[in-house]
Amino acid sequence: MNTTRTDAAVRIRGLRKVYGEVTAVEDLDLDIAHGETFALLGPNGAGKSTTVEILEGYRLRTSGEVSVLGVDPARGGLDWKQRIGIVLQSTGETGLLTVTEMLRHFASLYPNPRDVDEVIAAVGLEAKAKTRIAKLSGGQQRRVDVALGIVGRPELLFLDEPTTGFDPEARRQFWGLIRSLKAEGTTILLTTHYLDEAAQLADRAGIIAGGRLVDIGAIDEIGGADARRPIVRWRDAAGTTHEVRTDEPGLHVASVVAEVGREPDGLEVIRPTLEDIYLGLVRDASTGSANEIDDTEEALA
Amino acid sequence: MTTNLMTQGASRVGVETKTYFRAADTLFFTFLFPFVMLAIFSAAFSASGEVGPPGAEISIAALYLPAMLAAGIFLSGVQNLAIDIALEKSNGTLKRLGGTPLSPVGYFAGKIGQVFVTGTLQAGLLILAGGLVLGIDLPTEPEKWVTFAWVFVLGLTTCALLGIALSALPRSGKSAAAVVIPIGLILQFISGVYLQWNMLPDWLQNVASLFPLKWIAQGMRSVFLPEGWESLEQNGSWNLPGVAIALGIWLVVGFVLSRITFRWIRRDA
Repeated sequence: MNTTRTDAAVRIRGLRKVYGEVTAVEDLDLDIAHGETFALLGPNGAGKSTTVEILEGYRLRTSGEVSVLGVDPARGGLDWKQRIGIVLQSTGETGLLTVTEMLRHFASLYPNPRDVDEVIAAVGLEAKAKTRIAKLSGGQQRRVDVALGIVGRPELLFLDEPTTGFDPEARRQFWGLIRSLKAEGTTILLTTHYLDEAAQLADRAGIIAGGRLVDIGAIDEIGGADARRPIVRWRDAAGTTHEVRTDEPGLHVASVVAEVGREPDGLEVIRPTLEDIYLGLVRDASTGSANEIDDTEEALA
Repeated sequence: MTTNLMTQGASRVGVETKTYFRAADTLFFTFLFPFVMLAIFSAAFSASGEVGPPGAEISIAALYLPAMLAAGIFLSGVQNLAIDIALEKSNGTLKRLGGTPLSPVGYFAGKIGQVFVTGTLQAGLLILAGGLVLGIDLPTEPEKWVTFAWVFVLGLTTCALLGIALSALPRSGKSAAAVVIPIGLILQFISGVYLQWNMLPDWLQNVASLFPLKWIAQGMRSVFLPEGWESLEQNGSWNLPGVAIALGIWLVVGFVLSRITFRWIRRDA
């Protein structure tokens, strides 16, 4: 077993995963520090789940180096599994046990589990503790998934689209739970489609598109300064839409007003949200990646 | 490993057994099925009176009691586990468990424990129903019950392991019942469970002898059928050493197949 100690909780170098003819992940490097909450973002089929499942030990990589809590997940034994918690995407289990029975059972598999009643309270299912899981709503079952992932007191928690099917209130409650886990020092790797969720919870985010990490950084820096520059948009007398990116939107609006001599039609000043930046990055990646792949393959060879 | 394997195994047996009795379909097709069949056979053929070699005639119910005990062992082990594990593989249960520190040995201990809890209860109730409701004379000699005990334990363990091995065969959870149940039905028909053993032609008896169910049924007949019935067996004897050897071989086959085919998830290369 590879037990090389590294400073990072997760360390990935040159990760590559090929399914037959299809390259799902290409040349991916990533470090996640102990105690950090990292969000992995990307469209469906971008290689997000493949990457996470390699880290969880469910899939084998084609090449590259991976270390999770100092262990190669392809050879992670039971000692290693005690230290991680996994919340998978939706499951279809029969759900014949009650919430409490299921959690007690999972707690019994770990050496130092959390208190079952506290975990049930933390995911807001006290009222359903004695109900069979099959009888819960989709969002409530998802909370059971989260509870099962944290009951073993993991050092590193994988959350794969955890709040799918939650109502807004349940999501806010869930965010509170994740913040408290983070405060206890849990390292968290989150994949999500909700960018507000990433913005709320994560210290840093990485965006995967077409199997590559197209950007990585602190939530308020990702995409670079240019992508965050405000946009001024208006329509001229002929009805044509104009759009200008500027650091001085107020001055620009003033100059437009001066030019047309009256209130411009459809005037907007837009500060790009994380979602706008994300969509911009994913779009760029899908248009300009073909040549890059050839370059890197030569570089690897 | 810091979590005790015994703790894990005991915890698994608990949840497995609870799940078994809460699933209406396994409760009927695995647990109650032999009772239903025993009742049907006893009622359907009650008019034909007693059967058997001269001087050792018994009722139809008495003839079918050992057969249904054998069927129960087979259903509780092979059919139950093969379908159950194939379903758990396809519905995400195994994937989730594979991400926890549960050892595969603990998982199997839970399955085999569940088979023993439910199989023992089933056999006990069948014998009780046979004795009290159908008025079947039960053996009184202790050595008969010793034979019953070892055939039961060896048969059930072998069937549980074969069930685990067979669970690798269905490609999806949905097809599991469709793959497993016909295999079970055919074996029950040719192994002297539904049809009286000596009515089967020699070649079919020889085919059945390749599989474990025939030997379990033979062992059970040796316990519950009166003296004189052994003349209707192959070579005119109960051949208990043969029962032990055949089941022993299948036990090893089941163990080896379970070991090499079991995966938490289908991991790609």
